[in-house]
Amino acid sequence: MLKQIEGSRAMAEAIGLCRPEVICAYPITPQTHIVEGLGEMVRTGDIKNCEFINVESEFAALSVSIGASAAGARAYTATASQGLLFMAEAVYNASGLGLPIVMTLGNRAIGAPINIWNDHSDAMALCDAGWMQLFAETNQEAADLHIQAFRLAEELSMPVMVCVDGFILTHAVERIDIPTQADVDAYLPPYEPVQVLDPKDPISIGAMVGPDAFTEVRYLQHYKQTLALRLIPEYAAEFKARFGRDSGGLLRSYRVEDAELIVVAMGSVNGTIKDTIDEMRADGLPVGLVTLVAFRPFPTEALRAQLVRARDVVVIEKSLAVGMGGPLANNVDLALRNVAGAPHVHSVIAGLGGRPITCASLHRVLRRALVQPWEGAHFLDLNEEIVAKELHHVRKVRRSGPTAENLLRRLGQAAEQSAVLGASR
Amino acid sequence: MNEPARTLDPTQKLHFYQKGTFTVGNRLVSEQERAVQASIDRSNALTCGHRACQGCGEALGARYAIDAAMRETNGQLIAVNATGCLEVFTTPYPETSWQTPWLHSLFGNAAAVAAGVAAAMRVKGRRDVRVIAQGGDGGTTDIGFGCLSGMFERNDDVLYICYDNEAYMNTGVQRSSATPPAARTATTPAMGPEPGNVFGTGKSVPKIAVAHGIPYVATATVADLHDLERKVVKAMRIHGARYIHIHVPCPLGWGSASNDTIRLARLAVECGLFPVFEAEHGLVTGSRKIRRQVPVDDYLKPQKRFAHLFGSEQGNKRLAMVQAIADRNIVEYRLLDHDGDV
Amino acid sequence: MEHPFAITLDVGSSLANQTGSWRTSRPVYVDRLPPCNNACPAGENIQSWLYHAESGDYETAWRTLTADNPLPAVMGRVCYHPCETACNRAQIDEAVGINSVERFLGDTAIRHGWRFAPPAAESGKRVLVVGAGPSGLSAAYHLRRMGHAVEIHEAGPFAGGMMRFGIPKYRLPREVLDAEVQRILDLGVVLKLNAKVDRIVERMQAGRFDAAFLAVGAHIGKRAYIPAGSAAKVLDAVALLRSMEGEEKPLLGRRVVVYGGGNTAIDAARTAKRLGATEAIIVYRRTRDRMPAHDFEVEEALAEGIMMKWLSTIKRVDEGALTVEKMQLDDKGFPQPTGEFETLAADSLVLALGQDVDLSLLDGVPGLAIKDGTVQVGPNMMTGYTGIFAGGDMVPSERTVTVAVGHGKKAARHIDAWLRGAVYAPAEKHELASIDKLNAWYYADAPKTVRPMLEVARRQSTFEEVQGGLDETNALYEARRCLSCGNCFECDNCYGICPDNAVIKLGPGKRFAFNYDYCKGCGLCAQECPCGAIAMVAEEI
Repeated sequence: MLKQIEGSRAMAEAIGLCRPEVICAYPITPQTHIVEGLGEMVRTGDIKNCEFINVESEFAALSVSIGASAAGARAYTATASQGLLFMAEAVYNASGLGLPIVMTLGNRAIGAPINIWNDHSDAMALCDAGWMQLFAETNQEAADLHIQAFRLAEELSMPVMVCVDGFILTHAVERIDIPTQADVDAYLPPYEPVQVLDPKDPISIGAMVGPDAFTEVRYLQHYKQTLALRLIPEYAAEFKARFGRDSGGLLRSYRVEDAELIVVAMGSVNGTIKDTIDEMRADGLPVGLVTLVAFRPFPTEALRAQLVRARDVVVIEKSLAVGMGGPLANNVDLALRNVAGAPHVHSVIAGLGGRPITCASLHRVLRRALVQPWEGAHFLDLNEEIVAKELHHVRKVRRSGPTAENLLRRLGQAAEQSAVLGASR
Repeated sequence: MNEPARTLDPTQKLHFYQKGTFTVGNRLVSEQERAVQASIDRSNALTCGHRACQGCGEALGARYAIDAAMRETNGQLIAVNATGCLEVFTTPYPETSWQTPWLHSLFGNAAAVAAGVAAAMRVKGRRDVRVIAQGGDGGTTDIGFGCLSGMFERNDDVLYICYDNEAYMNTGVQRSSATPPAARTATTPAMGPEPGNVFGTGKSVPKIAVAHGIPYVATATVADLHDLERKVVKAMRIHGARYIHIHVPCPLGWGSASNDTIRLARLAVECGLFPVFEAEHGLVTGSRKIRRQVPVDDYLKPQKRFAHLFGSEQGNKRLAMVQAIADRNIVEYRLLDHDGDV
Repeated sequence: MEHPFAITLDVGSSLANQTGSWRTSRPVYVDRLPPCNNACPAGENIQSWLYHAESGDYETAWRTLTADNPLPAVMGRVCYHPCETACNRAQIDEAVGINSVERFLGDTAIRHGWRFAPPAAESGKRVLVVGAGPSGLSAAYHLRRMGHAVEIHEAGPFAGGMMRFGIPKYRLPREVLDAEVQRILDLGVVLKLNAKVDRIVERMQAGRFDAAFLAVGAHIGKRAYIPAGSAAKVLDAVALLRSMEGEEKPLLGRRVVVYGGGNTAIDAARTAKRLGATEAIIVYRRTRDRMPAHDFEVEEALAEGIMMKWLSTIKRVDEGALTVEKMQLDDKGFPQPTGEFETLAADSLVLALGQDVDLSLLDGVPGLAIKDGTVQVGPNMMTGYTGIFAGGDMVPSERTVTVAVGHGKKAARHIDAWLRGAVYAPAEKHELASIDKLNAWYYADAPKTVRPMLEVARRQSTFEEVQGGLDETNALYEARRCLSCGNCFECDNCYGICPDNAVIKLGPGKRFAFNYDYCKGCGLCAQECPCGAIAMVAEEI
């Protein structure tokens, strides 16, 4: 059924249709509307047979979910940024124990400096913890991915993070098609655990595993994610058959057939990129786009198949591995490792801390990539002047003060200056 | 004369003066008056083959508590364990010594995980299945404190049991907020101007539990099995957040003989340093009276972790400070106030 | 359900880890010797019969008791209960009233008419027992149970020895004594009364006896040389007490003085009171603490109004008065005459200065060693003459009924072995269950039941029992105060406090076993065993 609703609300309704049994809620911008929506639905009875628990921290939120899941209940929670890090121990614990928890990650920057706007640093911080990570491009996909996520998690006994760009997706109001309960029930059967706490059949879950078996446990986790590489497209295909639209899967390609330059990106920025590509194609420039939906497991082969035809690859990501460069770019390099005649990979760091990625900026950087590609990470729209002033200041004065505050001050001064200049014009 | 030798009902009430009054079992009394531990049918929730040290008080306390809970719930019990001695010595792959459904997640989240299990049981319509969360003092008073308080505040239907051996024993005897003043630990060594743990630090989680106003709070000790079992049974008959704090000596960490575990637990009660009491909804309802009071020295002397208190003037001063703590407990919990209680 | 690898483990998997390999010492169940058993001259297994008594199984308790001592109703009235002196419970609150429970069991047996089980088979041997006192009766009982044909030859008109002719009725009612004697005879022991033995070897040959046990006691009162006037009335205590059995009661007069400090002196004085003396005075040359008499007997006597005159000797007896010299203790504690005299009014003087044995039946018997008026015997109770054994007051011993009973049992065992051509070697004694082996915490504090005492006045004119025994509720109460020193009473402590679940409960009456596969040797069981029935033994590594 078509509804004009906020992205968070759409996700809540989709999650509700999945018949969750235990929902843990700890608020953090920008996920609050999701759990609030779910809380209301439980109260009104729109979601039946569900325990909605207000917990005292994100660590508790995931811990309660762990307990519930181990006891055989379908468990769900949501978080972002700082909250994800606060529950970091539990994130590894859930995947290590093989519990099919689904968690929405409202992608948000990680402080310090504290920042509530969207980037992918939170997902990147824990991308290797053993959870599957799926990135939604649109609000529709955000809703749909949750349904697929439960199916995927429970089939493999492995938790799934559904990553949705904070504010951009969560707080935007769009037209969404909310499926029917019957369709969701047909797609997602009741949870049948691989292991469960049951007095009728006692077991001990969570043993201490030493050097003699730890590697094997990890290997099996890794192996399970390779099975996901097959299941994710399968479930996406099944979803299309039942619900009538493309949602999910490992990746999507756009106008890559004869592309010399292929862009790779995750999340909502793909919409803007597609618009830019259309404009560039209109100018006869051979560019294309691969949208990565599944980041974990990383679809090495599928991505390689798409990229080998190009001469250059530009990875645009909202994340930075300080001291290294772009983590997504690094992963993309993996797909092209040891491939003869592989395209060159160029890294763009954009949108950190919620900075808007404009078509204009994309045009600039992609056209430059076609003629004069760069080495290392390129920071899109970096304010070089302020950076230079700060570096100079730091070299001069030992107690140079906190960086963030200094930059903000300079920005304020710069704004004043340009206002004065503007006024004086 | 033909009448058979008349015998009294041999199952007398054991409330006075007879041998076996304080023992685990007694062939002369009814099964109900014997401890759960006396029964050949006890569940042995924690069975042989675990790797606890010789004379481990926690192994005892855990079996005592879980067996009592198993009997009371007819075996419908799930246990959630924090990281610590109990978890490590019972479940090193490939061996587990638990015979009940058991889950170990992390160090600080046992209370939250247990709340999740309880929620799942409710959702599944299995309200007969009860949940116990358990952890050591480290996992309860320090790193697990947030989750514990959250569980109390929500009044989740979980019984949390803390096995208090007064330090982070599993990692090598480091100080926790349950470590008593003057005690030597690896991070409060018996060196420097004030050897051992500092006075004026530490927290009483039982008191904090009482302050949360939860339905039931109790302290107990492995030296008094009947009392411990009674409290576990009582707790299992209540729904909502409950907390039991059990004193469990650790021969390794305390520097005591392995066969002294129960004796030391007993002395801790008898000198007043470990008050045994109960509370409901924020009010203390009663305490176990001291039977034969002893000075704190009797309790501290057999433990090497207090050795530095003996034989110096400074040591004597600090002993007096410890005695003052005990005396204060005696007043606060009326531990010598026998009025009618035998 | 297939469990995830390594993270999830199946129940019971820890049993593969046999932690018994950690041990440096192991616990073992021991039966230690309870102090009461150790102290009992009759070798009763007190702890064992108390164990049965406390669950109300009085008959089993009685049978356990009488396996060693056939006279519990008597014992419960006359024994000085060294068991209670040794009782560990005294160090917690008060000794268990073992004596009272023994009396209760004896009385209960009489009331119910319980009988001894007859011997399984006849041995074909014949044994002569001389003297139907406690030692002889005990020996006869044990020998008969071992299947020997036994005949008791008693010089007097009744059986009982000192029990009848020495211990007053108010202490030991005769119906009780008769019942317990008869029960022994009912086993098939032949009793010949008024059958004094003049020459033992001839009597043995005449009766074709294969062995003899002599227990003639010490019935001759010692005399001291005290100058006496012609009308002075002097008699010895033994004769006095003996004469109480007859029809004619002796006339002692209003004021009676008893000379001596032993239990016989006390009995004589108390008897004198009951015969109507207004004053009964015991004169003793040393002080109260030096008196051989048991202190509680002194207490009872004092309570009855008997007076004591310490540090005094009697120099002369005349009609109606005595001359008494005051003594004082020197620095070595011996009484020395002071030269001070006083006169004491007295209608009669009873001498209680000890007793001698009538050894005439041994005249001419070769190989005997007689010393201090008693017959020397070896550790097997045999005299120097092969085949003649002896016990009781006639051999060197502490002269009590219980010791005599113990001699009878010991001699019977040796005689039985000797008759079979074997040697009786008593089993080695187990380690003593001293109080340090116990964990007294597990026993609560309680006062001993104070036996109801008759009104002092009543005691002086009748011969009702001075101490009414415990009734059934009290006997159970007392029996349950027993700590069961050194012997498991299945309190389940070890089973309950083993942190490794390494104690196996075998079932009611079957005690426990250690599971050495898992026992880590921590020693908690030994420490927390209330009765000290577990010992830690070093492992050989």
